[in-house]
Amino acid sequence: MDLNTVWFILIAVLFIGFFFLEGFDYGVGILLPFLGKDDDSRRAIINSIGTFWDGNEVWLLTAGGAIFAAFPNWYATMFSGFYLALVIMLIALILRAVAFEYRSKKDSKSWRNRWDWAIFFGSFVPALLWGVAMANLIRGVPIDSSMNYVGTFFTLLNPYALVGGLASLSIFMLHGAIFLSLKLTNGLLESARSAAKKLWLPSTVILFAFVAYTYAATDILNKIGVNPGPIPILAGIAILSVRYLLNIRKDGWAFVMTGITIAFSTITIFMGLYPRVMVSSSNPLWSLTIYNASSSPYTLKVMSIVALIFVPIVLAYQAWSYWVFRKRIAAKSDLEY
Amino acid sequence: MDALTLARWQFAITTVYHFFFVPVTLGLSIAVAIMQTVYYRTGNEEYKKLTKFWGKLFLINFALGVATGIVQEFQFGMNWSQYSRFMGDIFGAPLAIEALLAFYMESTFLGVWIFGWDKLPRKIHLAAIWLVAIGSNLSALWILTANSFMQHPVGYAIRNGRAEMTDFWALLGNGHLWVQFPHVFFAGMATAGFLILSISAYHLFRKKDNVSAFEKSFRFGAVYAFLGTIMVILVGHTQAQYMVKIQPMKMAAAEALWNSENPASMSLFTIGDESQRKDVFAIRVPALLSFLAYNRFQGEVKGINDVQKEEQQQFGPGDYVPPVAISYWTFRIMVGAGFLMLFVSIFALWRTYKSNYEFSRLAYRVIFWTMLLPYIANTTGWLFTEIARQPWTVYGLIRTADSVSNVVSSGSVLFSLISFTVIYAILIVVMISLFKKFASSGIDGSETKSTGNTILSEA
Repeated sequence: MDLNTVWFILIAVLFIGFFFLEGFDYGVGILLPFLGKDDDSRRAIINSIGTFWDGNEVWLLTAGGAIFAAFPNWYATMFSGFYLALVIMLIALILRAVAFEYRSKKDSKSWRNRWDWAIFFGSFVPALLWGVAMANLIRGVPIDSSMNYVGTFFTLLNPYALVGGLASLSIFMLHGAIFLSLKLTNGLLESARSAAKKLWLPSTVILFAFVAYTYAATDILNKIGVNPGPIPILAGIAILSVRYLLNIRKDGWAFVMTGITIAFSTITIFMGLYPRVMVSSSNPLWSLTIYNASSSPYTLKVMSIVALIFVPIVLAYQAWSYWVFRKRIAAKSDLEY
Repeated sequence: MDALTLARWQFAITTVYHFFFVPVTLGLSIAVAIMQTVYYRTGNEEYKKLTKFWGKLFLINFALGVATGIVQEFQFGMNWSQYSRFMGDIFGAPLAIEALLAFYMESTFLGVWIFGWDKLPRKIHLAAIWLVAIGSNLSALWILTANSFMQHPVGYAIRNGRAEMTDFWALLGNGHLWVQFPHVFFAGMATAGFLILSISAYHLFRKKDNVSAFEKSFRFGAVYAFLGTIMVILVGHTQAQYMVKIQPMKMAAAEALWNSENPASMSLFTIGDESQRKDVFAIRVPALLSFLAYNRFQGEVKGINDVQKEEQQQFGPGDYVPPVAISYWTFRIMVGAGFLMLFVSIFALWRTYKSNYEFSRLAYRVIFWTMLLPYIANTTGWLFTEIARQPWTVYGLIRTADSVSNVVSSGSVLFSLISFTVIYAILIVVMISLFKKFASSGIDGSETKSTGNTILSEA
């Protein structure tokens, strides 16, 4: 396996980590105004991700940095091509980050209410847009022979990509609701679990619709064949099992299952892409690949050594932080946010 | 306006804004860690209160630094895609390493620290804030590795139509990095030091409660601000001497030195004519610039016209002169602010030495408002170092005009420029109001009656 492939896999891993972790953060943020009936319960909900959200968001920053370092042409084409969509996402992320920190620092009801909606908006927009972005990567966007995106903002909002957006939005909401049922207590726990049960059917339907649409709208059939192998199938089985697991109150297993669905769906998209990183709908030959978009062998080697040393360390201490703060959060507990 | 000009404005606004918060994060994280260490060692409750007090202000500042930092990481690709293609092989690596080594550490352990009071063993909780401080300052090291390459490219070759890295250690060993990083590090220390000093002075002047704790805080701030300022000046001097060697045009622009001189005079005050490249009115001290450049009253310092000729020979026809007036004045404002800070910190240090914390209204006002000087110095310093490098983005390798995204329309950039500016403006108003609220409230977390505008009305 060459280093280009290694970095393709590593970036896929970063996106898996990002969608798995920040996925439930987004879900929690979207559910906040609906599950949190009063200030105490809203604070409990926010504090359930209080320790983690910032560290989770770094997965995105690292993925962005890794794309820049390993595949500069991918970074340049995607970020300049998806310009307006990214501006909207950045605004959402800025408001969300500030909202977590500032929300409970004043007692005023209107102040807190405004920040709660900032958290909602700041979670809803990226949860939707990441699905749109992933769908567009695999479906293909107009890219010319010199790797420049030649579509517009509205090119990105095609029906297939929008279904992809709904899929990521709904699965993140489900993932977030189950996360909350693991972290909260009493009445809040019950309402989180019942939200998860309600979200399960629409998320499952949308996800399967997206899968079917993917066969129609992309060349994934040529890539992975009629029998897609275990990974996409397990992604589907995992989400089907969630409803049963919620019924028998195995929330932890349900969370593992939505996690598997997110991780394996992401893998499937990257399998469909490989060895391309952005598909050109104008001409297959103009697609960006892990070879024509990549850094020099030397840079890839340097970055591989750095990643080999530091990724395990990061994984270890982030896992440790989750272990330390594994306790449930009650509406009356000593809250920081 | 064309897309290039708009993109430059957007980069300038978002970066300057981001750098309002960064130096405070760099310096205050270490300050809070030191305070908590003292508490850990001595068990003195006052230091616990101080740790929490400054910790809270640290977080209010940190939130905006993180939020605006995401834009920084994305906008190279968004607005400067040609630059990203040309430079990605070199520039992407430090950015990715910054995220992997620094951002994870900083953000994960900050969460651990915020939520870990009384839940974690004290030693581990103390380690968490130190890891935040180390992570923050490591992130500065890596992003400055990238910036230093832009000032002084090393360890690369031009291949396949782009700059490719040939020696990673050369990037890290770049002489420019090792004058620039200390400069930024100590600037962070000075910025945090004056923040601590001025808010402590505010509480001492009003003598409400916890006078003894704020005396400790003032003492800390005085030492911290003094050390930061004296070091930033000394390192800055070294940095300028380095600049004479590697970026002669930048030095010439900083001094409005049109023609080479030996020994070179230093301008105290110049009104120049940029288009004619000559002085309209100038007061210059003979030989002083040579002394600053070489530590002796001799030696040639190259002038703008001569560097322009040299660079035309090297890089082909073109205008290689940066905007001289902006370079000249931003440099002077930075240096001037630095020396004013030094005087105030010496005054504060002297008061600390005398254990005299009774301030006249004037003394208090001076100390209080000095808090703004580091911000002015930080901003003008960056404006100088980036503007006086023009027309280059990477000195000698790629020009700003060739760096901009070729697929992003001016309308799109205008939209994002306005959006970011409006949101940033709203957020800074919110941030300052929160900062005031917590800075003026008592150290026990009990809020005082008149939170809103107390600082302004007192000062």
